Amino acid sequence: MTSELLQFAFSGLTVGAVYALVALGFTLIYNASGVINFAQGEFVMIGGMSTVFLSALGVPLPIASIVAVAVAVLVGLLLWALAIEPARGASPVTLIIITIGASIFLRGLSQTVFDKQFHSLPPISGDAPVRLAGAAVLPQTFWVLGGSFAVVVLLWLFLERTLLGKAVLATAANRVAARLVGINTALVVGLSFGVSAAIGALAGILVTPITLTSYDVGTLLALKGFAAAMLGGMGNPFGAVVGGLAVGLIEAFGAGLISSDYKDAFAFLVILAVLFFMPAGLFGRRSVERV
Amino acid sequence: MVARFATPLVLLVLIVGVFFAVDSSFILRVAALVFIYGLAAIGLNILVGDCGQVSLGHAGFLGIGAYATAVLPAQTGLHPLLAMVVGVVAAGLLALLVGRPVLRLRGHALAVATLGLGILVAMVITNEAWLTGGPDGMRVERLTLFGWRVRGADNWYWITAGVLLLGALVACSIKASPTGRALRAVHDSEVAAMVAGIDVARYKTLAFVISAVYAGVAGGLLALYDGFVTPDVAGFLNSIELITMVVLGGMGSVLGAVVGATILTALPQLLTAFSEYEHMVLGLIMMVVMIVLRAGIVPSLLALVGRGGRA
Amino acid sequence: MSALAAEGVGIDFGGVRAVDNVSFTTAEHGVTAIIGPNGAGKTTLFNMLSGVYRPGRGRVRLFGEDVTGEPPHRLAARGLSRTFQNLQIFFQMTALENVMVGNHLGERHNVWRHLLPLPGVFAEEKAARQAARKELQHVGLADVADRPASSLAYGMLKRLEIARALVAKPRVLLLDEPAAGCNATETEALSALIRRLAGEGLAIVLVEHDMAMVMSLSDRVVVLDQGRVIADGAPEAVRADPAVRAAYLGVEV
Repeated sequence: MTSELLQFAFSGLTVGAVYALVALGFTLIYNASGVINFAQGEFVMIGGMSTVFLSALGVPLPIASIVAVAVAVLVGLLLWALAIEPARGASPVTLIIITIGASIFLRGLSQTVFDKQFHSLPPISGDAPVRLAGAAVLPQTFWVLGGSFAVVVLLWLFLERTLLGKAVLATAANRVAARLVGINTALVVGLSFGVSAAIGALAGILVTPITLTSYDVGTLLALKGFAAAMLGGMGNPFGAVVGGLAVGLIEAFGAGLISSDYKDAFAFLVILAVLFFMPAGLFGRRSVERV
Repeated sequence: MVARFATPLVLLVLIVGVFFAVDSSFILRVAALVFIYGLAAIGLNILVGDCGQVSLGHAGFLGIGAYATAVLPAQTGLHPLLAMVVGVVAAGLLALLVGRPVLRLRGHALAVATLGLGILVAMVITNEAWLTGGPDGMRVERLTLFGWRVRGADNWYWITAGVLLLGALVACSIKASPTGRALRAVHDSEVAAMVAGIDVARYKTLAFVISAVYAGVAGGLLALYDGFVTPDVAGFLNSIELITMVVLGGMGSVLGAVVGATILTALPQLLTAFSEYEHMVLGLIMMVVMIVLRAGIVPSLLALVGRGGRA
Repeated sequence: MSALAAEGVGIDFGGVRAVDNVSFTTAEHGVTAIIGPNGAGKTTLFNMLSGVYRPGRGRVRLFGEDVTGEPPHRLAARGLSRTFQNLQIFFQMTALENVMVGNHLGERHNVWRHLLPLPGVFAEEKAARQAARKELQHVGLADVADRPASSLAYGMLKRLEIARALVAKPRVLLLDEPAAGCNATETEALSALIRRLAGEGLAIVLVEHDMAMVMSLSDRVVVLDQGRVIADGAPEAVRADPAVRAAYLGVEV
């Protein structure tokens, strides 16, 4: 029984780590610009699919991965420059429709550039499961968890220890004040799209050996990532990571212990319950309406 | 006075005009689909455009209407039209039940809550295969009215057009009434609305119920018209399409909802020959329209015409 | 009986006592002013009195009845209305429609009748429009009735809020800095309006920084500083109070 629970925990943490990275991407862009970017899941897809097709062309995996991340970053920057920046000042729901349009466009583009099949990647350290207290864990799981952890640490270092990172934080705290002290907030928004794209693509590359990828995996990931970011409290990077892991764990345990058919339902039930009592999410800022 | 009848009249002229201008049962069938989704979009617009509350799960109500119309005749032998009425009432009751707790949430929290709601409905439909046929969907009993089997593109065109017109008339009446004004007040400033004596929670729930009823009717019509339902009707992508129709056409504009529904419904049908590029074209149109015409197609164009007229 | 009474009202925001143990009563008609330096908690107090915030401590009474924590729309039904320091205009409506919303409680709200274009509803709407037009006339906005609210100047919007509050025929009216951003002429017109309303039997509670206006209009002045009442009395007495002078150090009272 314990080994079974451990098994659920590992699979939950693995998908949860991906949700956490997607939620982190949502959070970065939201903090910089107030935009909820529903094309976030497409970055994950682009990371996975680009790596798959580059390695099929004979490019070694590490180089293919780097190029894939670069492709995603380029897409992220183009999305910002061509669709978000021109619509600056539009209402939130208008911006959401623009990012949904971008998501549909990118899905269509990759079904043309790539194909409509499911693809996998070879695991980095083979596929012989590691026995851990009775649970069989794929080595790739550790790559996903370790990689995600590294991303979170690097992001934290960037935000806390670099001038550019502090500019991002300042913009998140107060956009107008940031502009007044000379921060190029438009650039910060562009940067957030680039970084979010890179994070998403990396998640896509790491998880593809376990969950497979195809042109349309982005939609569900964006949904779960958005839900995770809301659960943790939109705008709080720590909350995004906790929310992502929580959604992954709830899904894994719900599917394992109760019903796999309703796997996706458990996460949303928990989120509805949490929002009912804490409308700002677990770690969100509670705001008092000023009138 | 004019405000209540202008849009239904424009729609009536368009509906009659299209019928006599085209001689293709394919286009009439697409048009019927446009009318059905237009009805759902008009309803959702009352919630989103007038009252200012977003719903990313509205296809759930569409699904309830559609599946009630499909399941009840198959299981109990109920007349499809009565089954549809049951579905509409069920959609409205669900909205009434969850409206208050869900609509306490604002902005993105409301978005994720309605999203979850829609997904839950879609999951029940997908998973309870003993009742719904599961992911493969189920056949819907053909509609028979007083011994007349409803069939053919022409008949469905007029039936769906009639319901759309009624829906537009009701929406325009609400808009021009104290109820519509209260909804718009909630949209603009909740606190000022409260101070004016408006029970904000009640009006938000009212808008939610009205929009759910519209979606339930549209779902029932969709089932009867298609003769087949699949869980996709309640799915997340359908919810996104519904909200996109509203925003693209223009929030708060009844005509805009129909324009948005036309683009999102007719375009994929007309692009089937280029199915490779269908998504790319759709995504591109959504982005370009929203960047250029931020307030949505109809309100932005009206503003342009208005400015031109004054100049 | 007092129109509006606060009894030991207080609220905290994140551990900070924004308003603490505030008590005062207002007469059934006439003008009560609440003054105090910036950040003294005047608007927060207003938000508690009008039901926008639920008081953390204490009670609020309206015509003797305990209305603590009642939502604004219920208080509106009991005859309390207010305006806002940060304008809360329905910007997607015309000036006239803004005022018509104010008359919400005076309208029939049977939703079923609003689903179809019924002649009865047309007639009621016509009457509502006339009532709203009359109220706009009172505040001098008759000329701009059909203009979108978003096209009106700041001073006009201030008066629009007052018209929207008045059309509901309240018995208690809270005005949050009505003269802020108004020029001398506008302020004078506003003072005349407030004086007339008080004369018609309305209880008015006023938050205002324009001391000349406060002193000339008020029957009674309550002074807040750091969330507490530091003085309460007739304008002349309050003006002479040393504690008030200390709180307003450097400001001519």
